[in-house]
Order: sequence, then C-alpha cells, then structure tokens
Amino acid sequence: MSNGHEQAGAGIDLAPGDEHIEGGGTGLRVLGYLAGLGLAALLTATSFFVAGTDLVWQPSIPVALVVLAIAQMGVHLVFFLHITTEPDNTNNVLALAFGILIVTLVIGGSLWIMANLNHNMMPMDRIMQMQR
Amino acid sequence: MAGVVADSRSNLHQLPSIAASGAAHSGPAPERIVTGYGFWIFILSDMVMFSAFFATYAVLVGQTAGGPSGRELFNLHNVAIETGLLLVSSFTCGLATIAADARRTVWFQAAMAVTCALGLGFLAIEASEFASLVARGAGPTRSAFLSAFFTLVGCHGLHVSAGILWLLTMMAQVAAKGFRADILRRILCFALFWHALDIIWIAVFTVVYLLGSAA
Repeated sequence: MSNGHEQAGAGIDLAPGDEHIEGGGTGLRVLGYLAGLGLAALLTATSFFVAGTDLVWQPSIPVALVVLAIAQMGVHLVFFLHITTEPDNTNNVLALAFGILIVTLVIGGSLWIMANLNHNMMPMDRIMQMQR
Repeated sequence: MAGVVADSRSNLHQLPSIAASGAAHSGPAPERIVTGYGFWIFILSDMVMFSAFFATYAVLVGQTAGGPSGRELFNLHNVAIETGLLLVSSFTCGLATIAADARRTVWFQAAMAVTCALGLGFLAIEASEFASLVARGAGPTRSAFLSAFFTLVGCHGLHVSAGILWLLTMMAQVAAKGFRADILRRILCFALFWHALDIIWIAVFTVVYLLGSAA
C-alpha cells in the first residue's frame, strides 16, 4: 500500500500542451521553444531549397518533401505541443495515434480508390464512340 | 486450498497496477486536464476534416480543365514569407503560454500582440494572393483543381482568422479578469489551436505549393 502512495504523484496525467519540467523554470522552457523554432526553420528551409534545386535526383524530390514535412510535424508536436512518450502523456498519444489512423485511411483510401477508378475507366474517345 | 483462495483474495485487493496508478484514489482528473484533453480531441477531429480536403485536393490536382496549373500560378517567394510568419507566430504563442504560467501580464500581452501581428501579416499575404488569382481569371470557378485549392487553403485561412479573434478575446480577458484558472485553461486551448494551425500549414505548403510547383 505504501508503494501505491509513493507512486500516486507519478500517475497523474498531463494536459496536452502542458509541459512536465523537472525543477526547470521559465528560462529552460524558452530554450525548449527556441530549439523547436530552430529545428522547424531548418526543416522548412531545407524543404524550400530541395523543391527548387537541380542538385538532387529529380524523382526523389516529392518523397524528400513528404519526409521533411512529417519530420517538421514531429518537431512541432514535441517542442510546441509537448506530446512526449512519458507515461503522463499516454492518453494524449493514444488520441493522436487514432487521429493519424483516420487521416491515413481518409487520404490513402481516397487516393487508392480514385487512382483505381481512373485506371479502369474506358478511354474518353471510346466512350464517345459508344454514345453515337 | 483455503489458504490459496485467501491469498488470491488478498491479492485482488492490492492489484498493484490499479493501486499505483493514482486514479483509484483521486477521483476525476483535474479540470485543466479534462478541458485540455477534450480540446485535443477537437483538434484531432479538425485534422480529420482537413485530411478530407487534402484528399479532395490530391484527387483533383490534375483536373485543370484546360486552365492554369499550380506550377504557373504559385509564387513560392510569398509562400516562404507566409511560412516564416506562421512559424515565428507559433514561437511567440509559446512565449505567451510561458508568460501566462509565470503570471507576467506585460510579457503575455506583448507576446500575444506580436502573435496577432504575425497572423494578420499571414492573412494579408494570403488575401492578396487570392485576389490576384481571381483577377487573373483563376478563381475557384475556373477548374476542379482551383475549387479544391481555394477550399483547402481558404479553410486554413478561415481557421487563422478565427484564431486571431480568439487571440484578441484572450488578451481582453486577461486584461479584465487576470490569470484566473478558467482563463488559463482557455489560454491552454488557444495555444493548442494556434500550434495545430501551424502543423496544418506544414502540410499545405508541402502538398499544395512545393509539390505543386515541383511536379
């Protein structure tokens, strides 16, 4: 029973957006936001550079842009929204995971179905001929 | 046999996972966590709504109906400025959160005012972009691609406009009522909203503008 009492403080959840700081004050928090700003600016600058450059193999650019965007979303989630892997964030992460699942299903499913329909559709000139 | 049953019973009363979780003793979570979590669910549902607009855009991006494509229309220089404005505004919004937690009214109002100015700058550039597109005959009625473009980017712009109204409301409420617990909860939710808008903008500038002018 004493064990449960000791751990009661560690079991309390954290609201999304709230930070868990070990004895750190305002300066440390500002530093965290500065780190996030720096990383995000770096990733954004890389995205814009990659989109306009001839220095990399052209077919790789879309993939690189998507990867950079996902990385920057991760930076924003960790440094600005303070979604972490600590136990006090479990509920927030679970909700986020469910959101990502739905977003993936909606976007991936739509693209898959529409590409499949396009692929299987009769060419337009054949449709016109049949209607004569 | 009786001893085993008694043992298992006493173990049932001390399920370590439940006893240690703290939830067994403390009742409902504090209001800040309940409010923040509920708003987090709203933000995720908002992202699901945006994902539908993104899917629509991705499906319709090639359907230009003989009209201009994104490559001929987009000005990446403006988009870079918009992105910078929104990113720095996310940072100053974080500073406002820290100032609110430290109960520093002047710093809070200053950081919120800067956030507001950056957000208005973003909206001004977006509005001028939309106006020039319509003036060039590339309005939302021109093609399915442009309908999807105006819907997606305009929906994000509407969210930013709503965020600025909320931001001004928070500045007025802090000025009038101070850092009360309910006001601090609203500031938490506003910060979540503003940061989430920046995350959606990452997807917009990558999928719409960068991929649109690369492909």
